[in-house]
Amino acid sequence: MKSRWFAAICGGFIVLVVLAAILAPFIAPYGETALAADPWEKWTLAHPLGTDNLGRDMLTRLLFGTRNTVLVAFGATLASFVVGVTLAFLAAVFSGWIDQLLSRGVDILMSIPTLIMALVVLSVMGTSIPVLICVMAALDSTRVFRLARALAVDVMALDFVETARLRGEGFWWFLRREILPNVMPSLLAEFGLRFSFAALFLSSLSFLGLGIRPPHADLGGMVKENAAAIGFGIAAPLLPALMIGLITVAVNALVDWQLRRSAQPVRRA
Amino acid sequence: MLLRLVLQRAAFAVLTLFAVSALIFIGTELLPGDVATAILGQQATPETVAAIRRDLGLDRPPLERYLNWITAFAHGDFGRSLANGLPIVQLVSGRLQNTLILACTAALIAVPLSIALGLYAALRRERLADHAISAITLLLVSVPEFLIGYALMLGLAVQLGWFPALSLLREGDSLLAWARALVLPVLTLTAVTLAHTMRLTRTAIVSVLSAEYIRMAEIKGIGPARIIVRHALPNALSPILSIVMLTLAYLVVGVVVVESVFNYSGMGKLMVDAVTARDLPLVQACGLIFSVVYIIGNFLSDFLGILANPRLRHPK
Repeated sequence: MKSRWFAAICGGFIVLVVLAAILAPFIAPYGETALAADPWEKWTLAHPLGTDNLGRDMLTRLLFGTRNTVLVAFGATLASFVVGVTLAFLAAVFSGWIDQLLSRGVDILMSIPTLIMALVVLSVMGTSIPVLICVMAALDSTRVFRLARALAVDVMALDFVETARLRGEGFWWFLRREILPNVMPSLLAEFGLRFSFAALFLSSLSFLGLGIRPPHADLGGMVKENAAAIGFGIAAPLLPALMIGLITVAVNALVDWQLRRSAQPVRRA
Repeated sequence: MLLRLVLQRAAFAVLTLFAVSALIFIGTELLPGDVATAILGQQATPETVAAIRRDLGLDRPPLERYLNWITAFAHGDFGRSLANGLPIVQLVSGRLQNTLILACTAALIAVPLSIALGLYAALRRERLADHAISAITLLLVSVPEFLIGYALMLGLAVQLGWFPALSLLREGDSLLAWARALVLPVLTLTAVTLAHTMRLTRTAIVSVLSAEYIRMAEIKGIGPARIIVRHALPNALSPILSIVMLTLAYLVVGVVVVESVFNYSGMGKLMVDAVTARDLPLVQACGLIFSVVYIIGNFLSDFLGILANPRLRHPK
């Protein structure tokens, strides 16, 4: 029962984050890059969370930072699922050399540290939002491929799929009628986890100065911009860092709860 | 059987090394925006670009350039940095040493501690201590490294003044100053890896403890200490060894962010600076060194895991 309340709190928080991401331009008290006061002011009514290193309103920056981080991480996760799942289902349905080629390729890509590969590619391509999304999606799609292939291979080994194969059904039929309905719950849970990893990864990149470019707000970049405040005993960089932490903890906890709930036997009324 | 498995893994590691080097090469040489335009920047005219491309050998066919690059790398010649013209070996050597000191110290603390905690949590599973350890480690896994880093910095360096906030290493500093500068980055890295390793260790031991032969040993009336030492540990050793090596491989990459937080002059900071300055030869060298260490770590983890697995050592 207790875990249910915790899950509800996490779910509520995620709804708030999504609302903030969508509505940031309408509810933020100041403009995204507007200079509103002196740098690192104390928390007042005009600036509920103080100001940042350039004197921009911290609450506004947090809202926009959440918006940019969440949207880019979501876009990258979505792209990685489209690529990873499509390739995985191709590998599972056709098996044979297509499967071998894709699986060994993914094995090799997965044995490269992702952050290092991202740094190499970004050093050449420069950092723009489309490049960021593509790089993150490409690196993440290998993990999605592994899971989706394992799930789809299990489904393809079932008796009713064997029957459909004998009937001579094509790829899209298998995808729509047999595989997708059976693997959807696991994929959705994985989507949540991969999203939170993507948000963390993007924040690390932005923190290193290689993610979303200033003056746009971004949670990781805000930590970097405000890092010097620590020396004066001001906690400004901890606010965006905490925001990232809260988002990932909430998503992880909710996925965890959902998985444990679906693992229990269904009680019928 | 055993030999074949090990050889298979070794072959895969070598193949991966080549694939990675090729990917890094393709990534930095063939994508739009090559070294020549990077050097010249705004003043690039078609003639000057062509001249520099000839000087650097960029007008040669890609395969030839790749083979030259990789043979030079294997001989320890990493080329010269674009930013300051210094040989990359000279830039890298001191930095690599600093990074290894940081990562090894963190590993020496994190590995024994996380195995002990994992074992403890597994033995007290589903009790208060286990739930408390699980909650704390879940939190540590979910938050970014820089949150832990800055929180430690604010608390231990700024508020309490016990350690320097930035880990600036200077020539001629005393050993004590070095040690003090190392404390905060090491603590941050330890916290992050501790959480990962501990969770994996707990899972590995719990799965061994729920095996039927452990049940059998309990039914025979063997004491808990003997069960752990004689029956559980030999079987859990293989996954634990893999976990330890994975931790080390993770540490190699985890240093990138931690070094940037504390301004620690190691390989990670060097690579980030090189990426920012678009110093492509230096990025290539750093990327390849990181990947080599990571792939060797992964191979050793497989290798030790196979060696420690009693079922593979004594096939039926």
